[in-house]
Amino acid sequence: MTATGRVAAHDEGAVLATRPRRRESRLRRLLVPTLAVLGMLAAWQAIVVGFRVPRFIAPSPLQVLEVLRTQHDLLLDNAWPTLLETLAGFAVGNVIAVLIAIGFVHNRVFRQSVYPLAVTLRTLPIVAISPIIVLMLGLGFTSKVAIAALITFFPTLVNMADGLDSVDPQALELMHVLSASRWEIFRYLRWPTSLPYLFSALRIATTAALLGAIIAEWIGSNRGLGYLILAATYDYRTPLLYATMAVASGLALALFGLVSLIERYAIPWRQTSGPSES
Amino acid sequence: MEALPARDRRAPGALAGDGGPAIVVDQVHMAFEQHGRPLHVLSDVSLTVRQGEFIALLGPSGCGKSTLLRLVADILQPTRGAITVLGRTPAEARRERALGFVFQQPVLLPWLSAEENVALPLRIGGWGRRHAPAATPAELLQLVGLDGFNRARPAQLSGGMQQRVSIARALVSNPKILLMDEPFGALDAITRDRLNEELLRIWSAVRCTVLFVTHSITEAVYLPNRVVVLSPRPARIQRIVEIDLPYPRQPAMKDTPRFTEHTSALRAALEEA
Ligand SMILES: Nc1ncnc2c1ncn2[C@@H]1O[C@H](COP(=O)(O)OP(=O)(O)OP(=O)(O)O)[C@@H](O)[C@H]1O
Ligand SMILES: [Mg+2]
Repeated sequence: MTATGRVAAHDEGAVLATRPRRRESRLRRLLVPTLAVLGMLAAWQAIVVGFRVPRFIAPSPLQVLEVLRTQHDLLLDNAWPTLLETLAGFAVGNVIAVLIAIGFVHNRVFRQSVYPLAVTLRTLPIVAISPIIVLMLGLGFTSKVAIAALITFFPTLVNMADGLDSVDPQALELMHVLSASRWEIFRYLRWPTSLPYLFSALRIATTAALLGAIIAEWIGSNRGLGYLILAATYDYRTPLLYATMAVASGLALALFGLVSLIERYAIPWRQTSGPSES
Repeated sequence: MEALPARDRRAPGALAGDGGPAIVVDQVHMAFEQHGRPLHVLSDVSLTVRQGEFIALLGPSGCGKSTLLRLVADILQPTRGAITVLGRTPAEARRERALGFVFQQPVLLPWLSAEENVALPLRIGGWGRRHAPAATPAELLQLVGLDGFNRARPAQLSGGMQQRVSIARALVSNPKILLMDEPFGALDAITRDRLNEELLRIWSAVRCTVLFVTHSITEAVYLPNRVVVLSPRPARIQRIVEIDLPYPRQPAMKDTPRFTEHTSALRAALEEA
């Protein structure tokens, strides 16, 4: 047994140590993009002021900031319905996509019949299908959720189907040797294997769902960020248009960040984290 | 319970089939379909492995060693011939967890800790609830020399450590037979020598039958009771060599004349094949 002890101690050097240097690089990762954005805004301000660009063509960042401050009630009132449509569409589209992908790995006939349909659906431009959906489902909340769901559906379906398929063939043999049932193979092998794929699809789906909601609002709505974009454009209230874009982009970033945060907790084995937990 | 040769020297209640041979491979022929043509991989292979025996399978790359092991583990079915494992079909033996399999790669699940990986076979089919384990996952990690790494993730372990985890996992449902497909093939020579020592120690501790694929001649002499030399594809049994070196084996034996005689004999058998 003494030999064993020595061997184990020897091998400890092989445990990955990736701790130092982290803090420094995190600061850098925050600082560099912040400076870049600030620099861009400053340049924009300088150009608009320097060349006397009229306000209805391109407002300066300070003018946009002014609108964000004075009209934040209007912006919030319109951000809220768009956020709800986005979240509902995101949830519906992704859940359906994941369920269908699970169906794919367990039934070949289902895959062979549904996959081409999904691809065909994908080739239709969303701006062309959206009016059809509005005709079918009306001008209310439902049609907007449906459009946001539709736009998120396909990337998640494809990614998830790939993820569930990407299991190591040897791991499948291991499961066979252990006489695992289909459910156990799914639960212990396919599902965890697919999670990184799922989350990269979900990150894409956040911005896609928001885009879907905004497009749906263009087709017919009297509130929401999509509506506000159209209204501001028609009235040449360009600073408001820019402010609306800023809010939309803020929403997208927040959703993206939220998904990334959840991902970190859902897939902890993905980071090569040090031995902090033991 | 079952009508089987009654030479049972074990405690009452032990599995039927004890005392008989561990594995009987009877005139097995195996062909794969490749480009629409049959590819003959095993040709008329017959082999009997006694219980508790350590057998090494030695043969050139691509000859069909992994295939033979997969047939015993019921991952593949033979084209012709029959395989019996502890008096049962391979499928029955698999369902009773009479077989533990160690792959060339560790095949660990990266989201589970070392201990959870070892415990996986107990979770599947509720095996751990229905059977009292001979050794807990933590004890097995200790046995393979990974004490203190219970909570480490596979990515935090070196290749050699990962392979030890996979050996512990193969042992956890207390199999009668351990099938090992070049388990140390991907490791450096130093780690390989060390794990050979550990494997012999584990084998003497758990007393199971081992079928060990290798294409290292040294390994094939150092570890087993008998070496089965296979010819190139389609593999036939070229020669079976009894290794008469006493156990416990020691690294110093590798420099003895007897050891060298065995390695030259095996090399000759491989060459004439
Ligand atoms: N599932 C399969 N389908 C078709 N051909 C296969 C399959 N599995 C193995 N073969 C073929 O069978 C032959 C023997 O393969 P096998 O994996 O048993 O060789 P091996 O002796 O284990 O080789 P190595 O030492 O390189 O691992 C190879 O030519 C391989 O191409
Ligand atoms: Mg092989």
